[in-house]
Amino acid sequence: MKRRAMFTTASLLAAGVVFSGVAAAQATIKIGVLHSLSGTMAISETTLKDTVLMMIDAQNKKGGVLGKKLEAVVVDPASNWPLFAEKASQLLEKDKVSVVFGCWTSVSRKSVLPVFEKDNGLLFYPVQYEGEESSKNVIYTGAAPNQQAIPAVDYLMKEVGVKRWVLEGTDYVYPRTTNKILEAYLLAKGVKPADISINYTPFGNSDWQTRVAAIKKFGSAGKKTAVVSTINGDANVPFYKELGNQKISAEDIPVVAFSVGEEELSGLDAKPLVGQLAAWNYFESINTPANKAFIDQWHTFIKNPKRTTNDPMEATYIGFNLWVKAVTKAGTTDPAKVIDTLPGIETPNLTGGTAKVLPNHHITKPVYIGEVKADGQFNVVWKSAGEVAGDAWSDYLPGSKNIEADWVTLKCGNYNTVTKVCSGQNFK
Amino acid sequence: METLWSPTKTGDRGGKWFLSVLALIAVAAPILNQAVPASSPAHLSAYGITLIGKYLCYGMLALAVDLIWGYCGILSLGHTAFFSLGGYAIGMYLMRQIGTRGVYGDPVLPDFMVFLNWKSLPWFWNGFNHFPFALLMMVVAPGLLALVFGWFAFRSRVTGVYFSIITQALTYALMLAFFRNDMGFGGNNGFTDFKDILGFDLHSDLTRVVLLITTVATLAATYLACRTIVESRAGRVLHAIRDAESRTRFLGYPVESFKVYVFVFSAVIAGIAGALYVPQIGIINPGEFAPINSIEVVIWVAVGGRGTLYGAIAGAVVVNYAKTYLTGAFPEVWLYAVGALFVLVTLFLPRGIIGLVQTRTKR
Amino acid sequence: MRRFSMGGQWPLVLLLAVASVTRIYAQSPKDAAFLSVLGELREASYSDKASIAERLSQTGHSSVRVVLTALLEDRLYYRNSDQKVFVVKTADADPLALIDPLSLKAAGSAPADGMTKIGTNNSLRHTLKMTVAHFSLGSADAAVRLDAVHEMSLSLDEETVALLRKRLAVETNSGVRKEISIALALSTLDGSDSRARLQAVATLSDSVSQDVRNRLALLLDKSPDGTFVESDAKVRQAAAAAVESIDRWRTFYSDIQTLFFGLSLGSVLVLIAIGLAITFGVMGVINMAHGELMMLGAYTTYVVQTAMPEHIGISILVAIPAAFAVSGLMGVLMERTIIRYLYGRPLETLLATFGVSLLLQQLVRSIFTALNRSVITPDWMSGELKLNDALSITYNRLYIVIFTLIVFSAIVAVFKRTRLGLDIRAVSQNRAMAKAMGIRTEWVDAMTFGLGAGIAGVAGVALSQLTNVGPDLGQSYIIDSFMVVVFGGVGNLWGSLIGGMSMGVTNKLLEPWIGAVLAKIFVLVALILFIQVRPRGLFPPRGRAAEDK
Repeated sequence: MKRRAMFTTASLLAAGVVFSGVAAAQATIKIGVLHSLSGTMAISETTLKDTVLMMIDAQNKKGGVLGKKLEAVVVDPASNWPLFAEKASQLLEKDKVSVVFGCWTSVSRKSVLPVFEKDNGLLFYPVQYEGEESSKNVIYTGAAPNQQAIPAVDYLMKEVGVKRWVLEGTDYVYPRTTNKILEAYLLAKGVKPADISINYTPFGNSDWQTRVAAIKKFGSAGKKTAVVSTINGDANVPFYKELGNQKISAEDIPVVAFSVGEEELSGLDAKPLVGQLAAWNYFESINTPANKAFIDQWHTFIKNPKRTTNDPMEATYIGFNLWVKAVTKAGTTDPAKVIDTLPGIETPNLTGGTAKVLPNHHITKPVYIGEVKADGQFNVVWKSAGEVAGDAWSDYLPGSKNIEADWVTLKCGNYNTVTKVCSGQNFK
Repeated sequence: METLWSPTKTGDRGGKWFLSVLALIAVAAPILNQAVPASSPAHLSAYGITLIGKYLCYGMLALAVDLIWGYCGILSLGHTAFFSLGGYAIGMYLMRQIGTRGVYGDPVLPDFMVFLNWKSLPWFWNGFNHFPFALLMMVVAPGLLALVFGWFAFRSRVTGVYFSIITQALTYALMLAFFRNDMGFGGNNGFTDFKDILGFDLHSDLTRVVLLITTVATLAATYLACRTIVESRAGRVLHAIRDAESRTRFLGYPVESFKVYVFVFSAVIAGIAGALYVPQIGIINPGEFAPINSIEVVIWVAVGGRGTLYGAIAGAVVVNYAKTYLTGAFPEVWLYAVGALFVLVTLFLPRGIIGLVQTRTKR
Repeated sequence: MRRFSMGGQWPLVLLLAVASVTRIYAQSPKDAAFLSVLGELREASYSDKASIAERLSQTGHSSVRVVLTALLEDRLYYRNSDQKVFVVKTADADPLALIDPLSLKAAGSAPADGMTKIGTNNSLRHTLKMTVAHFSLGSADAAVRLDAVHEMSLSLDEETVALLRKRLAVETNSGVRKEISIALALSTLDGSDSRARLQAVATLSDSVSQDVRNRLALLLDKSPDGTFVESDAKVRQAAAAAVESIDRWRTFYSDIQTLFFGLSLGSVLVLIAIGLAITFGVMGVINMAHGELMMLGAYTTYVVQTAMPEHIGISILVAIPAAFAVSGLMGVLMERTIIRYLYGRPLETLLATFGVSLLLQQLVRSIFTALNRSVITPDWMSGELKLNDALSITYNRLYIVIFTLIVFSAIVAVFKRTRLGLDIRAVSQNRAMAKAMGIRTEWVDAMTFGLGAGIAGVAGVALSQLTNVGPDLGQSYIIDSFMVVVFGGVGNLWGSLIGGMSMGVTNKLLEPWIGAVLAKIFVLVALILFIQVRPRGLFPPRGRAAEDK
């Protein structure tokens, strides 16, 4: 009896493997979607999964790519970083997808990076991040620090006249690196060290009383003070609530955030936030025909006219279109060939400009600064002159100022211009 | 008090079965991966190898928990702390092996230290460029923590849920500490982008097969060690402690010493499991310390069958296989299935899957 | 940004102004001028709006304050059909209740999509605040006057000083008088009379305001040429003493504030732990779904608010019993279907309830999506209670402290004073005996668990005011709540109260010194060490029952 029971179990398990393996026919092009649908990151990433599905749907209605239909392979890495690596290798090795759209946090990207490099896959990463990376196998369609953080600080310095700075972040790599870059930048602009306060709080920090009181104190020294916030998603709501309760208004101490967008605002009461700033490369409120069409398409797809759009969605949109163009141009979905074709490919973005893939695998993006309105949308108060080219390696960090990424001529993601050595991925 | 079944009643047929399955994996996996061509449906990809390796590492962690929970009644809700410490120990060695191949090309400092502007290696990183030292630390770090923690807790007679909750506090505190970038363990990102181990390329299929065989062998060895312990005279004392701690103490047994001894041994197994896990998975970060993970381990044990050793391992494999399958096949609703599984197993299979199999055998 | 120029629009604006003049026959020239300037606001850029607002205030019309305040508060709209500008009662309502900007009388209502809001931005709001402050001095509300004086004291010019002097002569409210005299003293510091300056420093030394302190500290600075900014040594001496005194008071108040922060964090900890103290402490169920029961309470708050959008203020009060009912019923359901089969096997309740917690999480994700839901903080809960310039207490925290104490007292009362409480205690102490005495133990079990779950729901209502309402809300609090219960002593409500409060205060006292992360680690380590000394918590359970737990 025991033997039989074990055998039954084993055959059940085996059946599961076989069925999942056979499910897809060969006539389609498979696209991997690697976004967390459960766990802490589900709140942000589920939307991007839907965006990719929407783009695939639309592309299929146009006849697919290279005469083949596209098929999404959706997996759930469940906000678990090792699981990201495992799911990435499942997509690349088992499902043999042509391209993957995925990841949100830096650690999830770092986790899948070795897998993509080993299997020579192609990943489109749609979120603003800390830079300091350029992989042959990744196209970064989100903002590098010079496409978001530096312009925002410039705006506050020049247009608002801020003299004193609080760099407030969650203790992980994106805030750490961004703040390092910003600190170096501010010092270079003549800000005194005493006028910069850098602080880190843990993930999901929900009690901001002490920190907000400290910001209030720091801001009462008689100089115009601003907060540059790299606080991570979950901790933002309690942070802004506390700011509102302690009566720190945007006119007194403005807060510019790099990870608060329309979607985050839809999850909280925006009234106490009115006037607070955010820097992004896209806002839903920007009025262009392309954007309007995109928003309509989204509302139809998600069957909810109240859902917002946001910056990472635009980055996903751009990434998808870039991939379609590159595949069409290359005439194949082979990731290695598509990767070689991608630099130089251009596609219109949603705000009236053009996104172009650069040799360093980043793209050109416009920078916007918006003030929060009571309805949770942004009122654009500043716009960069034209698009800014994404810089993989910051010029303001001593470790990376001599490093260059160029996958067209140098064929290297981290070429040291002083020692003339290519380390990292293409190390020989 | 709970009355529990005797683990050895059904003889050791289950154990023999389990060892045979391990032997089968050790033989079949390399052949299916290396000898069978990649085009054949029977080919086992590197992804499959890694997956099996992961399940077995989790199995070893479940074995560690079962040893103390199933046999000595100590419920640790913080065992991933030891698992992660072992993982970090080997991770530090792997980081040092990257050398100039890091993105900044620094020969000594790992990448995350370069962008934090650190000038030299912190003292506790010394020695980790030597593999034997890392192996030593993989045993010493979790072992020492368990010794100190266990000695204090058991001597003060912290028992039951109090002990469970403070083990949870322990792993929670460690998680927060490792999340701090200033700690020097890479903060939230932890360690990743490993290149090679003992000079062998970690991305090559052969290395992965060897790692899997090492895991299988270690799991078999730890299983046998645990079985030896529970079947020895000391094992009887552990049973006695589980079923009637005060009575055992009155009979003159040094209950605290037994508990510390088995707790440390269990922590070391967890540490070794972590050390085997990291090179195969390719990343270690503070998320591994999360208290919720420790609770999950306990659930694996319960699903498999508490107090049977091989049952715990089977539970870990089944639950994790279910997760792998469900997160791929039903990404939107898999939590329903897992949640329901836990509820149903507790209600209808109090002795886990192995209990079910045993009942059927006896019939 | 492209700035919109008004130049070419003048004839049109004039035409419109004339049109409105002709329509409303009894309009004075002053009204007409006011309306025509007001009309310009419709299409102007933000920087132009600032100068338009300035010109509005110069018309001296009696509606200026109301209109500018409305602009500041996003309550100034124009009607799309006839371009007429209106003040509305509450922004973003639908339909909008209109108020005529001239007569300030109600002027009917209009659907929201027929009206366009006249927007503002940060710098415009900043200018407006100053302008409005000048008018607010005459307000009947002392709090408005106080704010106005405070706003004016930040940029003192001759005109402002004259206004303040005039107001001081007629001001009756002592708080406002004091604020005005501080503002006047600040302006005197710039004067040439050293005796007046000394007098001003004396006046200012009573203040505890940071702005005053900064101004006084400036007197001690040296100019680039090496001479003191303040020429009179006596004034400098007095200023130095005043700065020191203000600093001392501010430190004192900030310590009190830290203590309050600690108590408020502590009360959140107590609140999330009370329910668990019942399900875990009294019944011995390791309820891993406790966090999700709180989450249900928070979602209930959201649903209640969505159901009554017109009455946000009382929706929270409605949500409290609603959340108690929802979570309580879920608790009873859990008890009846799962937990009752597991009594006496506490560790297995852990597994089953963990499964339930996953189910509940995915359930809300299916119903409400993974996105956070927006729970509005009612007006009466936002803002802060300003005790003085150095010490303010935020209302929501204050209410949560009070709320925690009420909930706690209610629970204690239930346990000590009601039949149910007696039954619960009887069953938890000796089940068999209780049964023998005719107590329906099954019913008591269900009620106890329902009570604990219901309290968790009520805690969820409070949490909805502090943090994200999302599927993960429960997970982020579950560990803390177990720590509190174990620290206090399983089965002891008072232990949870004192345990939670002391953990909160310790955390907050440490935080300014070592940061939030280390403070939390320190509290956890302290808890581990404490359990070594007192293995059964602060208030250990006594008697025979203690051994079985």
